[in-house]
Amino acid sequence: MTSLLNVTTILSFILLILVLVSVRRAHIRVEYSVSWLLASAIMLILSRARPALEYITTHTGIPDAPLTLFLITGGVFLLMFFRFSVIISHLRDDNIALAQRVAILEYHVRSRGGNES
Amino acid sequence: MIRATGPDPLLIIVPAFNEEAAVGGVVRAVHEHVPGVPVLVIDDCSGDNTVNAARAAGAEVLPLAHHLGLGGCVQAGYKLAHELGFEYVIRVDGDGQHDARDIPRILEKLKTTGCEMVIGSRFVSENGSSTSPVRSLGIWFFRAVLRPILGKPVRDPTSGFVGVNREALGVFSRSFPLEYPEIEALVVLQRKRFRFEEVPCRMRPRTTGRSSITAAKSLYYIFHVLLGVFVNVLKSGPHHRGGAPSGPSGK
Repeated sequence: MTSLLNVTTILSFILLILVLVSVRRAHIRVEYSVSWLLASAIMLILSRARPALEYITTHTGIPDAPLTLFLITGGVFLLMFFRFSVIISHLRDDNIALAQRVAILEYHVRSRGGNES
Repeated sequence: MIRATGPDPLLIIVPAFNEEAAVGGVVRAVHEHVPGVPVLVIDDCSGDNTVNAARAAGAEVLPLAHHLGLGGCVQAGYKLAHELGFEYVIRVDGDGQHDARDIPRILEKLKTTGCEMVIGSRFVSENGSSTSPVRSLGIWFFRAVLRPILGKPVRDPTSGFVGVNREALGVFSRSFPLEYPEIEALVVLQRKRFRFEEVPCRMRPRTTGRSSITAAKSLYYIFHVLLGVFVNVLKSGPHHRGGAPSGPSGK
């Protein structure tokens, strides 16, 4: 149990540093780093606050604390993946609409150029 | 430049992706059988010489900056046609499978019935067309699925040989399915209370290139289209003719 929590702490810490460095280098935009920072912070807090983890385990009826940690972590990441799927879908729609608009505008510009020459 | 002239201007659109070998023949066939009608080839960022082959054959070309897939490609053509004021648009695939001699029949049906969409169908009458067993099975399956949704039978729901009038053009300019659009487009029209008809058409076997729907992709195709159909059914209740479009472009 203790070693599992320690590993989770280390992983959370690495994730936190990775996200912060990526934001600093502008590899991730700040608005998209919030989810990752939140997820790593939740993992870090739960892995260090053992009484809190055991409190949740007792009150939710989950058989043991590691499973609680696993479920919470999994749930947080599932929500994040869903959020990013929504963002990607919007970006794809915008991208397609922009590509179509650019093609149509280029067509109009070419046509106008052809008429003037 | 393409211009919408005359009382009922018609535009032929040809979505093409790596169809260098076939697209020139398609454009020439359209010019031969429907003289004076402009042809717009929408190039979906082909890696070959599709653009030059289409221009050499006398088509106008709308080259897309990157590959959008069939739905995005067709919708770009619909948007331009709508902006230019065309009354009718008929889509002919760039692979040469559709016979340009059938275009006047589709246009005639659009004009005489006043329906919003006409499908060139392989199965309305015995016309010697053949299709693969897997595709036949898919068509049979979607006929059964679409029958209760559309309220009437559709014999060839996967046909890309489609004509639309200006009302449908307006709807499709704003909202058109992106992948495998033919079947979902029928449901989109049905939600607007638009009508469609089918006319018998000849289909030739593909002589160049490959179909985008391989055997391995068939299951994904069925699942994707089925999901798209039900999402469109659930989106909102049927709108009346000329009602507001549902959602932004491409959804």
